[in-house]
Amino acid sequence: METQKGDGFWFKKGLRDGVPIAMGYFAVAFTLGITAKNIGMTPVQAAVSSMLLHASAGQYAAMTVIASGTGYLEMVMTTLIVNLRYLLMSCALSQKAGSGMKMGHRMAVSHYITDEIFGIASAVEGKLNPFYNYGAAAVAGPGWTAGTFLGALLGAALPDRLGRALGVALYGMFIAIIIPPAKKSRIICGIIIVSMLASWLFSILPGIREISEGFKIIILTVVIAGFAAWRFPVREEESMQEGETGR
Amino acid sequence: MTQNVYLYLLVAAVTLYAIRALPMTLIRKDIKSPFIRSFLYYVPYVTLAVMTFPAILGATGSRISAWAGFVAALVIAYVDGNLFRVAIGACVVVYGVELLF
Repeated sequence: METQKGDGFWFKKGLRDGVPIAMGYFAVAFTLGITAKNIGMTPVQAAVSSMLLHASAGQYAAMTVIASGTGYLEMVMTTLIVNLRYLLMSCALSQKAGSGMKMGHRMAVSHYITDEIFGIASAVEGKLNPFYNYGAAAVAGPGWTAGTFLGALLGAALPDRLGRALGVALYGMFIAIIIPPAKKSRIICGIIIVSMLASWLFSILPGIREISEGFKIIILTVVIAGFAAWRFPVREEESMQEGETGR
Repeated sequence: MTQNVYLYLLVAAVTLYAIRALPMTLIRKDIKSPFIRSFLYYVPYVTLAVMTFPAILGATGSRISAWAGFVAALVIAYVDGNLFRVAIGACVVVYGVELLF
């Protein structure tokens, strides 16, 4: 249950794994900052939105609501719908955390559940040490906020080619998280292929492609992970691997 | 608008935190159901795969550089698996391909 390695070890590991996240965040947040500027937000407001929300699609959606000024209820509803996938990620992390994690840590870890930090946290071997998340957030958070601030301040000043190259970093990380386990498990390999194909179909089929990115993620996750859980329940030893202490 | 912006952001922040924190703080025991355990075990793979493809194809300046970055990431992840090297490797390949085409 408890990890053998200390909190310091996990914090440092989090810092290290946070570096590629910060780079990708910077590039993505820069474009987000440009959007913020375009709807009339100041660089400070853009930076505050990144510190409070740190959710790319969620922030775009929030900016749309702010720009149209449609009201606070609209803001709550939009935020719920666009970010609902975090509910699923939080469920998964609650198990990765294990019953040993204290309430305070659970509340702190929750604050920084993003697609990327969820990704690396679920890829950790053994139970999750909250300091891993803190380390990653300590690097990635400033990258995200600084990117948004500078984007709103400078506009399109980042060299295009560099920005575009950095933009692929986040996807590279997702791939680095899912591919190594797929080498060991045909089921996971199959799940990844099916997920990507389904995601691609959702993006081209008429009608279906109108579904927002947030809902698409939720629908496909529930259907595909649900089907896999029904057809290929994880044997106790396999999921117990997660219960062993981290490397 | 200036005052409203912060209030709007606060509303969004509280809503978002609730989404992120409720399961994490309410589900504190280990879930026993094999189905739910398996479901949650598979969730990250599906979610990350769905978010990656086909979105990665639009992340760069051209389809060619995006495909090159995608394939490079797959290969490096398969051979090496290190988070940092995969991310950087994909960036370098995209950068190089965009220089050429």
